[in-house]
Amino acid sequence: MKKIQAFLFSQKIAPYVFVLPFIISLAFFWIYPMISTISMSFHKIGNGYSEFIGLANYEKLLGDGVFHTAVKNSVIYTILTLVILIPIPMLCAFLLNSKSVLGKRVYKSILYLPALVSVVVAGILFRYMFSEMDSGLMNQILNFFGFESQEWLKNWGTGMFVLLLLATWRWTGVNTLYFEAGLSSIDEVLYESAKVDGANAWQRFWYITLPLLKPTRIYVTTISIYAGLAMFLESFMIYGSNNSPKNIGLTIVGYLYRRGIEKNDLGYASAVGLVLLIVALSISMVYLLSSGMFKKEDK
Amino acid sequence: MGAKLMKLRKKLFSYFVILLMTVLVFGCSSNSSSSKEDKKKEETKPEVTTVGPDDGAKLDMWLFVDLHQQFYTEMLNRWNDQHPDKQIQIKFTVYPYADMHTKLTLAVQSGEGIPDLADVEISQFPNYLDGEVPWLKLNDYVEPYKADLVTSRLDAYEKGGNYYGVPTHVGAMVMYYNTEILQQNGIDYTQIKTWDDFTAAGEKLKEATNGEIYMTTVDTGGGDWLTLAMSEYGESWVKDPENANVQLKSIENMLTMQQEWLEKGIAEVTPGGQIDAEEGYSTVVNGKVAAFPKAIWYMSRFTDYMPEMSGKFAIAPAPVFEEGQPRSNGAGGTGTVIYKDSKNAELAAEFMTWAKLSEEGGEQIWNILGFDPVNTKVWTNQAVTHNPENKYVKYFVNNPYDTLLEIQDEVNLIKTVPITTTINEVFNLTTLNEILENGADVKEALKAAQEEVDFEQE
Repeated sequence: MKKIQAFLFSQKIAPYVFVLPFIISLAFFWIYPMISTISMSFHKIGNGYSEFIGLANYEKLLGDGVFHTAVKNSVIYTILTLVILIPIPMLCAFLLNSKSVLGKRVYKSILYLPALVSVVVAGILFRYMFSEMDSGLMNQILNFFGFESQEWLKNWGTGMFVLLLLATWRWTGVNTLYFEAGLSSIDEVLYESAKVDGANAWQRFWYITLPLLKPTRIYVTTISIYAGLAMFLESFMIYGSNNSPKNIGLTIVGYLYRRGIEKNDLGYASAVGLVLLIVALSISMVYLLSSGMFKKEDK
Repeated sequence: MGAKLMKLRKKLFSYFVILLMTVLVFGCSSNSSSSKEDKKKEETKPEVTTVGPDDGAKLDMWLFVDLHQQFYTEMLNRWNDQHPDKQIQIKFTVYPYADMHTKLTLAVQSGEGIPDLADVEISQFPNYLDGEVPWLKLNDYVEPYKADLVTSRLDAYEKGGNYYGVPTHVGAMVMYYNTEILQQNGIDYTQIKTWDDFTAAGEKLKEATNGEIYMTTVDTGGGDWLTLAMSEYGESWVKDPENANVQLKSIENMLTMQQEWLEKGIAEVTPGGQIDAEEGYSTVVNGKVAAFPKAIWYMSRFTDYMPEMSGKFAIAPAPVFEEGQPRSNGAGGTGTVIYKDSKNAELAAEFMTWAKLSEEGGEQIWNILGFDPVNTKVWTNQAVTHNPENKYVKYFVNNPYDTLLEIQDEVNLIKTVPITTTINEVFNLTTLNEILENGADVKEALKAAQEEVDFEQE
């Protein structure tokens, strides 16, 4: 009894008890699957058997043209979403934060609304909007202005455009909210003193807003990198399946799904998954290191 | 006294915290999992149906088409009436197509939770023939019916001389002709025997309609034209399943011909990639296309999605490259498998082969599902095939079975083997787009396709 009491009241042990739930869930849902994936990536896995094949899966990945297409699509998509979804929401947040704009809440709600629509619903809507038939909404608009109908979802450029448009439509509002929160934490006094010193609006934005928004920017960029590389459902819904002409809509996760589930080759799919993990980790790490996230704050 | 009370309070408080933690951890986890379970149940609940007496042998069956369950229910009730000593109760669960196959794959891989019976779509079938096959060998059960069957359909689900799946239909490829369009423009579809005739008719149609109506549409997202061509030349890209070869004369000829059609403006690329899709239906309904090849089961797409075209379409054998070639092939299909370690595997096999392969079963396959049954005795039974009340008999200009009987011995099978998934993927995503959309050289494109297929074959 005494021992149990001593255990429960020990200041050394209590912290561990408090973090235990997190550790357990991390171990179950993250560490165990990861170790299992690493082991599976060295195996050929079929119905009721699993055979060690060393690095064969990785060697195959090197020469796999479809995988390279998937990586190319995912990386370009990620970069373009960053190019669009960092500056535009920042600008929106800046505008919404300025005193001269009326009806801020209305704009905010409108911007945020698309994020509440399920990707499945949005994807199907976009599929019909960008249908190659003359009756598709976008083609009707094009025809109205005298342009020819486009086969939107059959070419790489227009296909990527549709994916990006969906991402922009869905995520602008969310990112704007992040930046708005960042903006509202900047002390008004700084702007006032800058004004007194004769700084114009642009200088105030460049020398005060931008640097002080850095933590928010880093956060938004990091989650955007992850979201871009992990994109799957958007493409799946827009093309109605995991298959797009000439694989223009195939992403790394889509390829993982195709190999693991559709073609019943979980060993190879595990290798694809690990490559995705390494790519995502290294990009994020390089970014976080270069932005000085791990340095101690200079005072 | 006060200090003691303090200590007690402290103690009580810490016990409370620990209790709270435990409840949080376990309570939360069990709570969330049970709510998930409930949700799952809700999702699948309406799709689970149990048929048959409670004292019968109990079987579990997974399907991916709701309509098929109606057919099985009908056959199960008949079976139970006829076999008082062999009563069966089946619990049917209908999942969406991809869900069912994914679930089955995972069950087979882990060896747990495999249902007694499952409907497997033909393109997914090879996935389950890898390694140790979990299904019951059906050779003995098929034997009593074999003489009357289109046996190429049994071969679709064969490995190493063993049959593992009970076929549902023949899926004979036929040509659907819009007789209204053709008659208006002075074309008699019954005179079209070869692809040359077909091309000539297309040119005539183009002139008569100023190129507004296309003779046909060619697919960039489906292989029907290619399997038909292979069947006509007696070729197959997987003649040697370990060494698939897509650089075949039949495929080259078909694609070269289609490229010419596109250049001449007598065909267009099927909107949506293939005719069995929303865009495809609207193309047919708008009267933009005069003819296209598709399996007999496409009849149900007409009655379900294009009722306004009733009385306008006829069914005929497909044209050939050289007269005398086979004019059809079996396309698509569903094979029912029986789990070999099921407690009632033998009874399940006996029932399933009877339900789908007997003449009695075949009649219901036609009546309920509108498929061309594998048992050809049904094909000659006029009372069944020419029943004036049948919706397909009513819909089409001619009787589907007149054409079916004509091509009965020409329905070749292009077998589905493990590499087929890759071949379909390469063609439907890349090769056909390159050739028909971008006008790439047929030979070069086929060579590139072969390289991609070889990459998987190494």
